[in-house]
Amino acid sequence: MADHPGTGKSRLSLHRRGFLTAAATGATAAVVARGAEAQTSEATPAAGVNPRTPRPVTLSVNGQTHEIGLDARTSLLDALRDHLRLTGTKKGCDHGQCGACTVHIDGKRALSCMSFAVMAEGHEITTIEGLAAPAGDLHPMQQAFVDQDAFQCGYCTPGQIMSAVACVKEGHAENDDDIREFMSGNLCRCAAYPNIVAAVKQARDAIREG
Amino acid sequence: MHPFAYQRASSEQAAVEAGNPGPGVRRPPTEAAAQFVAGGTNMSDYMRLNVTRPDVLIDINELSPSAYGHIEADSAGLRIGALVRMAEAEDHPVIRSDYPVIHDTLKLAATRQIRNMASLGGNVLQRTRCEYFREASFPCNKRQPGSGCSALDGFNRRHAVLGVSDACIATYPGDFAQALIALDARVEIMGPQRRRTIAFSELHRQPGGTPNVETGLAPGELITGYVVPAGPHTRRSRYVKTRDRESYQFALASAAIALDLDGATVKDVRIALGGVATVPWRAHEAEQLLVGQPLDETLARRAADAAFAQARTREHNGYKVPIGKETLVRALLETQAMDV
Ligand SMILES: Cc1cc2nc3c(=O)[nH]c(=O)nc-3n(C[C@H](O)[C@H](O)[C@H](O)COP(=O)(O)OP(=O)(O)OC[C@H]3O[C@@H](n4cnc5c(N)ncnc54)[C@H](O)[C@@H]3O)c2cc1C
Ligand code: SF4
Ligand code: FES
Ligand code: FES
Repeated sequence: MADHPGTGKSRLSLHRRGFLTAAATGATAAVVARGAEAQTSEATPAAGVNPRTPRPVTLSVNGQTHEIGLDARTSLLDALRDHLRLTGTKKGCDHGQCGACTVHIDGKRALSCMSFAVMAEGHEITTIEGLAAPAGDLHPMQQAFVDQDAFQCGYCTPGQIMSAVACVKEGHAENDDDIREFMSGNLCRCAAYPNIVAAVKQARDAIREG
Repeated sequence: MHPFAYQRASSEQAAVEAGNPGPGVRRPPTEAAAQFVAGGTNMSDYMRLNVTRPDVLIDINELSPSAYGHIEADSAGLRIGALVRMAEAEDHPVIRSDYPVIHDTLKLAATRQIRNMASLGGNVLQRTRCEYFREASFPCNKRQPGSGCSALDGFNRRHAVLGVSDACIATYPGDFAQALIALDARVEIMGPQRRRTIAFSELHRQPGGTPNVETGLAPGELITGYVVPAGPHTRRSRYVKTRDRESYQFALASAAIALDLDGATVKDVRIALGGVATVPWRAHEAEQLLVGQPLDETLARRAADAAFAQARTREHNGYKVPIGKETLVRALLETQAMDV
C-alpha cells in the first residue's frame, strides 16, 4: 500500500486513563472550544457529556468476560494489548494494511485496529492466546508454523495464524493460489511466504484428519 | 483523534434522528457533527488520521437484519441490504452464478479480514485514498474547502483522469460501485424527512468546485439497500482489475462489463471504469459504439479510445490512459469468451 503508515500515536493509550483523570478539566474546555469553532447551531446529542470520560465496556475475550473503562476512541487492538495485557495480537500499521492485528470476531477473522472496542461489546473475540487447548496443546496451525519454520522475526505470526485458521475454515485453502489470495491481507516483512503456504496446507490436512 | 461520543442506534428511526443535524444546517454528511459507522474500516482509518472528526458516532450495526442484513434474489433481480458484509455477498450462490461481476468486484477488493467487517453501505461511501487527503497537514480542497489541491502539481500517480476538475483530481477508489453502476442498480435511502430511491449513478458527485460534497446524501440519510434489476446481460459479466501487485491493492484501472450477445453481435453492453475517475464511471460513449456491432479486438479498441477521449492527465498519471484502455479491451474480450 502506498498509504501513509501508522504514526504510532496510540503509544499514548498506555497511560491514557491516568492522563485523563489528571486532564479532565482541560478536556471539557477543549470540547467547548471545538463547538464554538464549528460555528453552527447543530445540536449534538452528546452536548454536556465529556466524550473523553471513560465509559464502562464489557468485552468477551477467549471465553472470559472483562469489564473495563475505555475512552470511545480506543481501538479493539489497544484495548486487548494495553488494557487486557493480551499482547499476542500485534500492531503493525494501525490502518488496516498489514494484518498483524488479526483476531476472530464471532468466529470470523477481522482487523482489531479498525474496530473501536466499544463496537465489539456483545461479540465474542478470540485472540492468539485463546487458540491453544486449555491443557496447552498447540492448535494444529500453531504446530504447523513451528514445523514449517513459517516465520523469521515472528512479528506477523500471531496475525498470520489467526488468519490462516479462518482461511481453512472458510474453505479457501484448497490450493496454493487460493491460499496466497486469501492470505494476502497478512504481510510478512521477512517474506516467509513459501513456508507460510506450506504451514497452511499442513494444518489444513491435520484439521481434516481431526 | 478527535474525541467522540458513541451511540448504538436501536432502530432506523433512532439512527436517522440521531444523524439529523436539524433545520438550516447544510453540509455534507462527512462534515456533520453526528456520523454513521457500520464496519468502521473506512471511518476508523480516517478518524485516526484526523481527516474525519465526528463529535458523535452512531453505530448502525443493530438495525433490523430483515431490512439491512439480507440478500434477496428472485426473477426480478437482487435486493441487497446495506449492512450485508462484503464477504457475505461475495459468497452468495446466486451472486456468484448470475451476477459474476458483483462477485468479482468484491473478491478482488481489500482482504478477507476487511471484507468480513465492511458493509456494502459503507463500501460505496468509502473515501478517496489521495495521499494529500489522508495526510491532514497538506492543503486539500476536499478535506478543507478552499485550501487548494496539493495533488494537481504533486505526486499524482494514482489520481483520476476522468471527471476531474481544477479543484480536485482524487480517484474514487471502490470496486463494488463499478458493478452497481454497470448493472443500473438503484439505491434505497431513508432520511429524516422521507424515504426515497435514486439511480446509483446519481449517488456520487463529481468534484467540480465543491470536492467536499461527494454524494447527494444529506446528513442523517441512511442507505438502506440496493436493488439490482435482472437482465440477459448479468450472467455474462466480469470485472478486470489492474493493480501494482496481484492482490490486496486498489485499482490503477479496472473495468466492469455486462454483455448480452447474439452470436458475435452486441445486443446490449454496460461498461463501468474504476481507478481512473473521480466517481463510479459509466462509459456510455464506448457502449454506444459497440451496440449492434460484431465484437472483436479492433472494435474493442475503438470503444476504449472513445471511453478515454475526454481524459485529462497530469504529470504522473498519463500512463492511466493506455493502461485503462488495455484493461477495458481485455475485459470486453474476456467477457465475450465467458462460458454462460
Ligand atoms: C487496506 C485497505 C485496502 C482496501 N482495498 C480496497 C479495494 O481494493 N477495493 C475496495 O473497493 N475497497 C477497498 N478498501 C475499502 C473498504 O472496502 C472500505 O473501507 C469498506 O468497504 C467500508 O465499509 P464499512 O462498512 O467499514 O464502512 P464504514 O467505515 O463504517 O463507513 C464508511 C462511510 O460510510 C458511511 N456509512 C456506512 N454505512 C452507511 C449507511 N448504511 N448509510 C449511510 N452512510 C453509511 C459512514 O458514515 C462513513 O462515512 C480497502 C480498505 C483498506 C483499509
Ligand atoms: S486531489 Fe482532491 S483529495 Fe487530493 S489533495 Fe487535491 S483536493 Fe484533496
Ligand atoms: S495493525 Fe496493521 S492491519 Fe491492523
Ligand atoms: S516473520 Fe518477520 S514479519 Fe513475518
